[in-house]
Amino acid sequence: MSIRVAKTGNEAVAEGMRQINPDVVAAYPITPQTEIVQIFSSFVANGKVDTEFVTVESEHSAMSATVGAASAGARAMTATSANGLALMWEIVYIAASMRLPIVMPVVNRALSGPINIHCDHSDTMGARDSGWIQIFSENAQEAYDNLLQAVRIAENKNVLLPVMVTMDGFIISHAMEVMHLLEDEKVKQWVGEYVPENPLLDVDNPVTVGPLDLYDWNMEHKRQQAEAMVQAKPVILEVARNYAKLSGREYGLFEEYMLDDAEIAIVALGSTAGTAKEVVKALRADGVKAGLLKVRVFRPFPACEIARALQGKKAVAVMDRSDSFNAVSGPVFAEVRSAMYGIENAPAIVDYIYGIGGRDVTMDHIRSVYDDLAKIAKTGQVERTLTYLGIRE
Amino acid sequence: MAKLLEIRWHGRAGQGAKTAALVLAEAVISTGRHAQAFPEYGPERMGAPMQAFNRISDESITIHSHVERPKIVIVLDPTLMSTVDVKAGVPDDGIYLINTPLSVAEIRKKLKLDASKAKVYTLDATQISIDTIGRPIPNTPMMGALVAATGLLTLDELIGDTRIKLAKKLRPDVVDKNIEAIRRAYQEVAQ
Repeated sequence: MSIRVAKTGNEAVAEGMRQINPDVVAAYPITPQTEIVQIFSSFVANGKVDTEFVTVESEHSAMSATVGAASAGARAMTATSANGLALMWEIVYIAASMRLPIVMPVVNRALSGPINIHCDHSDTMGARDSGWIQIFSENAQEAYDNLLQAVRIAENKNVLLPVMVTMDGFIISHAMEVMHLLEDEKVKQWVGEYVPENPLLDVDNPVTVGPLDLYDWNMEHKRQQAEAMVQAKPVILEVARNYAKLSGREYGLFEEYMLDDAEIAIVALGSTAGTAKEVVKALRADGVKAGLLKVRVFRPFPACEIARALQGKKAVAVMDRSDSFNAVSGPVFAEVRSAMYGIENAPAIVDYIYGIGGRDVTMDHIRSVYDDLAKIAKTGQVERTLTYLGIRE
Repeated sequence: MAKLLEIRWHGRAGQGAKTAALVLAEAVISTGRHAQAFPEYGPERMGAPMQAFNRISDESITIHSHVERPKIVIVLDPTLMSTVDVKAGVPDDGIYLINTPLSVAEIRKKLKLDASKAKVYTLDATQISIDTIGRPIPNTPMMGALVAATGLLTLDELIGDTRIKLAKKLRPDVVDKNIEAIRRAYQEVAQ
């Protein structure tokens, strides 16, 4: 049976990494991810893992070393946040296009500037088109579960893409709560022996890694990369089914919370979804047909599935914890609204940008969004598409 | 116990409010209940006012916003009462647990709680920690006072859990001194 413990999100992810026991971890500490690297390095120092731990001088080097290790044939991991991810940028794209199954926890934090250490999703949303699979976590348990599943998703031969597993900085990374760990032996069997595809160190079968790829074949290779993202969707679901057998915890591309008969619904990612669940419960007790759709897998984006789940609702609000500065909406709204274009009985849909730079989102805030939705559902009128939730102006 | 109990700790950075909140959550979780512990992170510098929070429930807790309306407020540093609104969001029948050499009546007056339904407890936790542990670390005795005031845990549960935790990093005689601090606080807390 699983082990019931009190852990912070960072501790949970570090435990998961210990159990995965990757061949190589190359990482650089950055708030609020620091503890993951700190705790994991103590596992290395104490001989709890066999990992070659590479201390690097920057995140650009962290991702470069991880790419090098993965190309060589190692199961390789790193972890980062915000500006660290930004500094990796060049190599983040290269990792995906080289089809390296790297797994990287990202502890969501606002990208500078102004400088800020708290949670928003601007870091991973910025990397949404980098070719990485992106899985968001509501709490410490999900960060741990998603991490273990990420290894199997990334390394699946139909996928071979790197995976980011996110959790909200401080809100989850530094908050202690109840969670369940799997036994070490179970995780060892779950991730299994890593068999790399075309490793550089297989000298009997020499390969070229990272060659020049101009207009003759580059487009075909990018097309294959796009296809891998399509193929990832059924793999993610299959891995989730197997993980449910192992852990008893079920995951999908997204979670539907009291959504079936809901008339108004919020779409949210990360820890806010947890707070919203409590609001939904309270609204249901008052007879309001409120529901929630929590996006777990943002890349590949489950467009058809989400459209189907929201079809027939009267009004839907998308919660965006980052801004696109495109004079239209946040990034999640753009995806969700686009997914619903042309479907019958599409709901009215509005966007709320919230929680930027760690701004707290309270149950009252979320309730006010449902109040707005109830009004839209009743009148059929959308006064404004985009609202900055709780802003002083 | 209320369905969801929320606690706010007021301290100064370095005084152990975050650790106390974590220790409390861990102890509660080990009794089979659900709990959260999280600090408020600001510009971190020694001595700056800071807060830490707990949520405790029999059911799983999915809320991840700050604690705004705590039923229980614990003040580790009495000087904070002049600079921070420790009463913010607390209901009329809230519970205050203050580390201070002052009496309950004096604290009620200071916090303008004379006529209120609020319960006020005081304890000179700093002095107790100096007497027992030999250093001014009020968070350990305040845990003893908290369980005495609220019954969140039994004294045995708290001592048992603290013993296990401290034994991992402290010498047995130092562990005993911490336990002594908790016992004294449990008995000396005044209402």
